[in-house]
Amino acid sequence: MMAERLVIIGAGMAAGRLLDHLTEEAPGRYDITLINAEPRGTYNRIMLSPVLAGETRYDEIVTHDDAWYARHAITCRFGERVSGIDRAAKRVHAPGGDVPYDHLVIATGSSPVMLPLPGADLAGVIGYRDFEDTEAMIAAASRGGRAVVIGGGLLGLEAAAGLAARGMEVSVVHLMGHLMERQIDPAAGFLLRKALNDRGIRVVCSAVSKEIAGENGHVRALILEGGTELPCDLLVMAVGIRPTTALAKEAGLEVGRGILVDDQLHSSDPAIYALGECVEHDGQLFGLVAPLFDQARVLADVLQGREAAFTPPEVSTKLKVTGCDIFSAGDFAPAETREEIVLSDPARGTYRRLVLEEGRLKGAVFYGDSRDSGWFHDLIRTGADVSALRETLIFGPADPQPLPAPYGGLCSLTA
Amino acid sequence: MTDVSSLDLRRGARACVVRTTCPYCGVGCGVLAEPDGQGGLKIRGDKAHPANEGKLCSKGSALGDTVALDDRLLAPQVMGREASWGEALDLVAAKFAASIREHGPDSVAMYVSGQLLTEDYYVANKLMKGYVGTANIDTNSRLCMASSVAGHRRAFGTDTVPGLYADWQEADLVVLTGSNLAWCHPVLYQRLAAAKKTRPELKVVTIDPRRTATTDLADFHLAIAPGGDGALFNGLLARIVEAGVVDSDYVARNVSGFPEAVAAAQASDLGMTGLSAEELAAFYQLWIDSEKVVTVYSQGINQSSSGSDKVNAIINCHLATGRIGKPGMGPFSVTGQPNAMGGREVGGLANMLACHLDIEEPAHRDAVQGFWVSPEMPDSPGLKAVDMFRAVEEGRIKALWIISTNPAVSMPEADRVRAAIEGCDFVVVSDITARTDTAQLADVLLPATGWGEKDGTVTNSERMISRQRRVLPAPGAARPDWQIICDVAARMGWGEAFAYDGPAAIFREYAALSGVAGALGRDFDISALAGISDEEYEALAPFCWPQSARKSGGRFFADGHFYTKDNRARMLPITPRAPQSQLSDTYPFRFNTGRVRDHWHTMTRTAKSARLSQHMAEPYLELNPADAAKLGIKPAQLVSVESPAGTAILRAMVSERIGRGEVFAPMHWTGQTASAGRIDALVAANTDPVSGQPESKGSAVRITPFPAAWYGFAIAGEEIMPTSRYWAKARSAKGWRVEMACDADPEDWVGYARGLFNLPEAEVVTLLDPARGIARIAFVAEGQVLAALFAAPEPVAVSRAFLTDQIGAQPDPALMSGRPGSDRPDPGATICACFDIGVNTILAAIREQGLTSVEQIGLALKAGTNCGSCRPELAALLASATPAQAAE
Repeated sequence: MMAERLVIIGAGMAAGRLLDHLTEEAPGRYDITLINAEPRGTYNRIMLSPVLAGETRYDEIVTHDDAWYARHAITCRFGERVSGIDRAAKRVHAPGGDVPYDHLVIATGSSPVMLPLPGADLAGVIGYRDFEDTEAMIAAASRGGRAVVIGGGLLGLEAAAGLAARGMEVSVVHLMGHLMERQIDPAAGFLLRKALNDRGIRVVCSAVSKEIAGENGHVRALILEGGTELPCDLLVMAVGIRPTTALAKEAGLEVGRGILVDDQLHSSDPAIYALGECVEHDGQLFGLVAPLFDQARVLADVLQGREAAFTPPEVSTKLKVTGCDIFSAGDFAPAETREEIVLSDPARGTYRRLVLEEGRLKGAVFYGDSRDSGWFHDLIRTGADVSALRETLIFGPADPQPLPAPYGGLCSLTA
Repeated sequence: MTDVSSLDLRRGARACVVRTTCPYCGVGCGVLAEPDGQGGLKIRGDKAHPANEGKLCSKGSALGDTVALDDRLLAPQVMGREASWGEALDLVAAKFAASIREHGPDSVAMYVSGQLLTEDYYVANKLMKGYVGTANIDTNSRLCMASSVAGHRRAFGTDTVPGLYADWQEADLVVLTGSNLAWCHPVLYQRLAAAKKTRPELKVVTIDPRRTATTDLADFHLAIAPGGDGALFNGLLARIVEAGVVDSDYVARNVSGFPEAVAAAQASDLGMTGLSAEELAAFYQLWIDSEKVVTVYSQGINQSSSGSDKVNAIINCHLATGRIGKPGMGPFSVTGQPNAMGGREVGGLANMLACHLDIEEPAHRDAVQGFWVSPEMPDSPGLKAVDMFRAVEEGRIKALWIISTNPAVSMPEADRVRAAIEGCDFVVVSDITARTDTAQLADVLLPATGWGEKDGTVTNSERMISRQRRVLPAPGAARPDWQIICDVAARMGWGEAFAYDGPAAIFREYAALSGVAGALGRDFDISALAGISDEEYEALAPFCWPQSARKSGGRFFADGHFYTKDNRARMLPITPRAPQSQLSDTYPFRFNTGRVRDHWHTMTRTAKSARLSQHMAEPYLELNPADAAKLGIKPAQLVSVESPAGTAILRAMVSERIGRGEVFAPMHWTGQTASAGRIDALVAANTDPVSGQPESKGSAVRITPFPAAWYGFAIAGEEIMPTSRYWAKARSAKGWRVEMACDADPEDWVGYARGLFNLPEAEVVTLLDPARGIARIAFVAEGQVLAALFAAPEPVAVSRAFLTDQIGAQPDPALMSGRPGSDRPDPGATICACFDIGVNTILAAIREQGLTSVEQIGLALKAGTNCGSCRPELAALLASATPAQAAE
């Protein structure tokens, strides 16, 4: 009997993880075709920032190379952008020819949001998403000069730090009052800003970008509301990502902000699954790698006929900017019912904030010292009662040395 | 300015080893002191001194830590401003003279100290009794030894300690009653422990309401009810008679009052002892069976409203059996101060003349007055301490001179005494520091030389006179006490009688006067030394008095000769009395007081030593677990302790060592070292009607949990002045450690901490958990920890040893956690003060190296190998760490 045909559109990290599971657990069960608009297979996109920063090389972040695909008999159609899906015929249209499927996985990922500013189409204005963007930035940086990054989130700061590391004079323009406001609180944001300043990165917060000025078709400066002009040779927009849903929408699948999927990653068409940053599950979008890997796990099970259901995990964030050690997890917004434990050491540049509710850890923000972040993340995910640990909680799981007898370190008496 | 030049002077102190004597307890240990070139001293025990044979306790070993000049009074002060000696002395002389002129000699008083050297004492006594013409000179020995003095005088006719330390080693039984010897007289304790090791047949019995470190040595311990000693020894006397071991011959020839004493003893209610019939029988049998028995007693006997009777109840037993004055036997009073004995000999008590002569004896008065050629001589006793301060309170004493003691802390009803001193028209205080609770009340402050800077003699508990010698130059304008007194005497017109060129001259006069006493048939006679030269005085080796043509050293009373009119000893009929303060529903607890291992009196010296300040670094109240549970008091919580006289806030030490209904607090803390630790403020001023000694161990108190909103522990490089309701501060090796608590939270913890440490600029590290009321705040500058406050709603659980070590260090990543990181062991609270070995280090060594004896701990860690004061605690740790193992 012929193997069923499985076609996957997109070779991002979620798709890569799905293939890992399938090739390991059900080799030969599916006849797999992998179509990717980028002319390459899966690499660790998270590691683009270290590549940009010059801390690692592209070939070191490739997770699936040609040999791997060959070994697992996966048909690769790289560099082809799928033009349409014929759901009735169960065929995918691609420049290199149609591909029939029994099961289709849409894993088209996301694309950077490009602000519709005047001048956004000028040369030297790029997003930060993929290998090409990274290459473009490395090339721009090799010419020196000045860069402006719009967006003081995770990606924007990694771009800024990478460009600065490559010798550019970098400014970060951020709409909100403090950097990474979705992941960290103002205090950690302050420390982060200070650390970036220390490495020569200028940070402008509460700044609304108005237009991009150009010269000879090339970016010259970013102009802010209020008239401040930030001259630049490169402008990177890192203000967020948007699920890539055009293909699904055209195919008539139900799409909200992303492709709507159920707990088994089914789209509105039972033969079509969606996976990764392009999906919308229970009203939620996904941009961090941990839930994507969870989705891949669920989908691999589903494709093997096993019971599985996706529930969005608690996520944590780590900023990969060398020297800016940030960890954030859970929900740390202040509330009446919430209690905080804050450890602040500006001299050492470290900060930890824990948010508790009813004796359980709800959120954590660390700056400068993210040791034991996994332990804290586990406490948030499991919702364990930490009341008994409270006094030493913020110092992490290290088994504290017992306090001296006979009073357990409660007073200054010895006998 | 003075400070610096004095320190330079000290640094230049000639490097030589000086033989001197320890200034702490009455053991009177010989010390070798050597300037270290840094202003301090290197200290060793003097192997040649018979009292200690080279041993020193933790306090003596740390003497070098206490001579720093940082808090010294270096110039006279008049009304809070620095003054010249001329101005200060003129004022003192004028004020005293005016008071005497206008209100009579009894309108002035002197309150002196067992810290004074005999020569100081001699001139003070001579000035007051012989020249001012009042007997209003009393000493703080009234608070610790007066009942022994009274007991001795009633029984023997003189204040004579019959035996010698050697008797302890020769005895078959040593009874320690009312004495925590291990902590209060550690070197004697070590001597006894060594003797017991050599001769295991030597039995030791401890009698104390508390189990103490001393109990460790005991074959058995009698946890007597407070105040039950009189009944206990009455019971012993009755049993002696019953058992037929009375030395009838000795009694018939040398003792009077036997039948009356026995009758009273037989009428005693042994129920007062709180001991079982079996316990009593065992003790009595052991005592009766041990021909060589020494009954050692100290403050547990003396500090009682019936202290004199208790002393006589003990002496009765020794007289009835003739077990006195012979090798290995006798009653033995151990004194609390280095020169309590000297003060007694020289007439420092208001009811004594010099050289054990009696103030009420006309022949004695005439002899002394004749010897002094003095203008005046009172014919009745002066005011004893408690009465003296009542007279101050009532305005009857208008000029008061307090020398080398701290009555605002150490007197019973100390708040009242403090107020009385404050209200006195004219108060002179001579001391080495302005930072005592008493000195702060003075109109005139006179800078005296301290230990290590002065020359003279002291007498220890076995009548051994030793030299204290100068090894450091006097700092600033400080002068020896004898000289200050003579200077004032001269300004009052008596220069000729006080024209001594040094302590040797005073000593010669004193020795000559003792010859007069000897001629009158008194015990204290050192006239053999009346002619010694300055050089001989300088080289004077320790000797036991008497030293006269008639007798040299040795024991008293084996020959049956006593110093009463008929030369017979007196046995007294004793009717035991309970402590005077009645327990009630309002004040249900019996308040016992005492000492800790590493501190001395009001800590003016020991608090300067970091290593002496770690063992018990705050004032506390020991109470039984059952009482604590009933009161809802957890270990290490703070408690308010109240009596009708005053209140204190103390740390609860919950312990099985103390009985139900009894509590214990150490007496060292002052207004300088704790906010509310002056426990004598609680002590009722009930006194023994014979000795005038206050009942320091028998007041009634109530206990309530202190309503702490927060507890805190602070470390600081510089001394801080907390304002919280509770604080207690102690020096650490790198600065200060402070326990705190208050009944209201500060609004802003960081601001509060900045104010506490006076660090407006320093960088701050915070750990705040507002919902839980936890605040940890550290201040850092230039990469060094300056100070930190750890606050919590409950007693703060941190490693104090770790934190105190962080001052001046680079901020440790574990700093805010308050305990060392897992990579570094926490030594824990200091057990061995000499080598600074912590409890965790000791427990780890016991566990990991399988140590099974105190000796092995010593070999492994050195702990306990110097002074040995911690050996009982090491033994307790061994016991706790070693589970009982089946004998296989």
